[in-house]
Amino acid sequence: MDNQKRYQAYWKKNVSVIRNLLIVWATVSFGVVICLGDVLSDIRFFGVNLSFWFAHQGAIIVFVLLILYYAWKMDKIDKEYGVEE
Amino acid sequence: MSVEVLTFVLILVTFGIYAYIGWWAKAVDTQSFYVAGHGIPTTANGAAIAADWMSAASFISMAGLISFLGYDGTIYLMGWTGGYVLLTLLLAPYLRKFGRYTVPDFIGDRFYSNKARAVAAIATIFISLTYVAGQMRGVGIVFSRYLQVDVNAGVIIGMAIITFFAVIGGMKGITWTQVVQYIILMIAFLIPAIAISFKLTGIPIPQAALTFSDIATRLGVAQIEMGLGEYIIPFQNISKLNVFMMTLALMVGTAGLPHVITRFYTVKTVRAARWSGVWTLIFISILYTTAPALGAFAKFNLIDTLNQKPIEAVRQIEWVEKWENTGLLSFEDKDGDDNLQFSSSPKTNEVFIDRDIIVLSTPEVANLNPIIIALLSVGGLAAALSTAAGLLLAMSSAVSHDVYYRILKPNATEKERLCVARMMIFVSVIAAGYFGINPPGFVGEVVAFAFGLAAASLFPQIFLGIFDKRNNREGATAGIIVGLVFTLVMITLMKSVPLLGTKSPIISDLFGINAQGVSIIGMILNFGVSYIVSRNTAEPPVEIQEMIENIRIPKEYA
Repeated sequence: MDNQKRYQAYWKKNVSVIRNLLIVWATVSFGVVICLGDVLSDIRFFGVNLSFWFAHQGAIIVFVLLILYYAWKMDKIDKEYGVEE
Repeated sequence: MSVEVLTFVLILVTFGIYAYIGWWAKAVDTQSFYVAGHGIPTTANGAAIAADWMSAASFISMAGLISFLGYDGTIYLMGWTGGYVLLTLLLAPYLRKFGRYTVPDFIGDRFYSNKARAVAAIATIFISLTYVAGQMRGVGIVFSRYLQVDVNAGVIIGMAIITFFAVIGGMKGITWTQVVQYIILMIAFLIPAIAISFKLTGIPIPQAALTFSDIATRLGVAQIEMGLGEYIIPFQNISKLNVFMMTLALMVGTAGLPHVITRFYTVKTVRAARWSGVWTLIFISILYTTAPALGAFAKFNLIDTLNQKPIEAVRQIEWVEKWENTGLLSFEDKDGDDNLQFSSSPKTNEVFIDRDIIVLSTPEVANLNPIIIALLSVGGLAAALSTAAGLLLAMSSAVSHDVYYRILKPNATEKERLCVARMMIFVSVIAAGYFGINPPGFVGEVVAFAFGLAAASLFPQIFLGIFDKRNNREGATAGIIVGLVFTLVMITLMKSVPLLGTKSPIISDLFGINAQGVSIIGMILNFGVSYIVSRNTAEPPVEIQEMIENIRIPKEYA
């Protein structure tokens, strides 16, 4: 029973990490690049404009950082809840 | 040495390596054949998935495609990378914990139904077959372009080499071959990109050059002068709604492609599955952040070299003459002023550029050593072969493992199963080769099918299988069928001109959504139908609920 509770707490924690990361994922790709793409193209970003930079470079870099953080964070959470292999 | 001789030597050397790996990795049982004995190291798996993922099309055509779409090219840039976020966060770790061999394995076991298994197997075969037809054609085209052999002969040579490492080596042979192919194709892609970036901006890193130089902005200005539309402003070519839907469809479709998902079964642990996702996206993103830079630079350079220049002076340039001979570049002095003009109107435009030339001509435009040109052709071949091999294994295992062993003959011996697996992959190679030699006239359209069906059928049910404990056999079967049928019908109606031979599309769009984005509606229907049906039927049996608890934690459930 004790194990059961710990596993459920682990799952809840896992789902909340995923949810937060997916909010960032959606905000960058569908928010910044698509929904606000026309508005943000007025803002200068070095040689190009902000939304173009995210469309052709930034979003992909954010995707990499997101799953890098996820893998690192889950390693820690696995240990914290004693569920690592 | 001439480019042709260099290319030939490089192709021979790389093919020797691939064949050797196939022999070295010789599979001895079904576990090593389907999932490489769950023993592939994380980084190697990442490189292999990346090579599998980057097809001949993304190697040769994508930079060109983006240079023509400008901002809206983000559909492919984000669509083909963002799916790995979904895959790594939502599916990969749990499927690894589940620990079987295929996608229909999971659907069939989780929803305790051989009908669901069969539907998933059919979806897998259909998705992989449509996808692989284009790849075999790609192999043939690369051969014919560089070695002056017939396209069909090229397809057959490609079939022979794939047979060697896939039929003998199984997943282990495929994986290690793809690791080598990843290295080759990245070197081949990066060197010309770095060279042209340095030549135009003085910055050797293409990503930094695109960000800090003003080439993209100047390209935009030049395009407006020619009436071609802005480069760095959104929604010039495709509506906002469709950019949204198409991007989402490619992302979800990526996460639902069976040949990609299967790769996460090949690593040792759940943790390794997560880190495989990280490595995969890192390796893929190197190409996907370089491609838009290469596209913008090469297009800027082409316009700069050709626009408003006397046609005779242009023809003096060596690479112009070569590519004009291949038909990928052509000129016509329509207004008779002896100068070339780019224009948005087909009536006055005088320069025709095939988008493939953006990548293919870069080494010559940037004055690189012929060995780079040879490397580019070997890279293109590596890209096509690696993608085809992964697809063939996914397709054949759906028949030999899911249909033959799990449904038709559950008491088959290990030896029989391995023999059927080898036979099926051989049959798949023949089938793919047939489509490579006799390509259906709608190869471009069928790839939309592959992604659309993956998004509308497989992804939602794998996701619900893990995250929605209450979803059951009835819900899953109804959901998959509704999603699959809806998407098939919609794409067929919208693409009726090439598919059914009608004069105009039967319907042009659904609420403004085109064929490549409509699978998102199919996916939503799949989710909705599953929810309603599962909530009104019996909950899954206790042992299935325990299985779900088990796949949700990395260690053995106790």
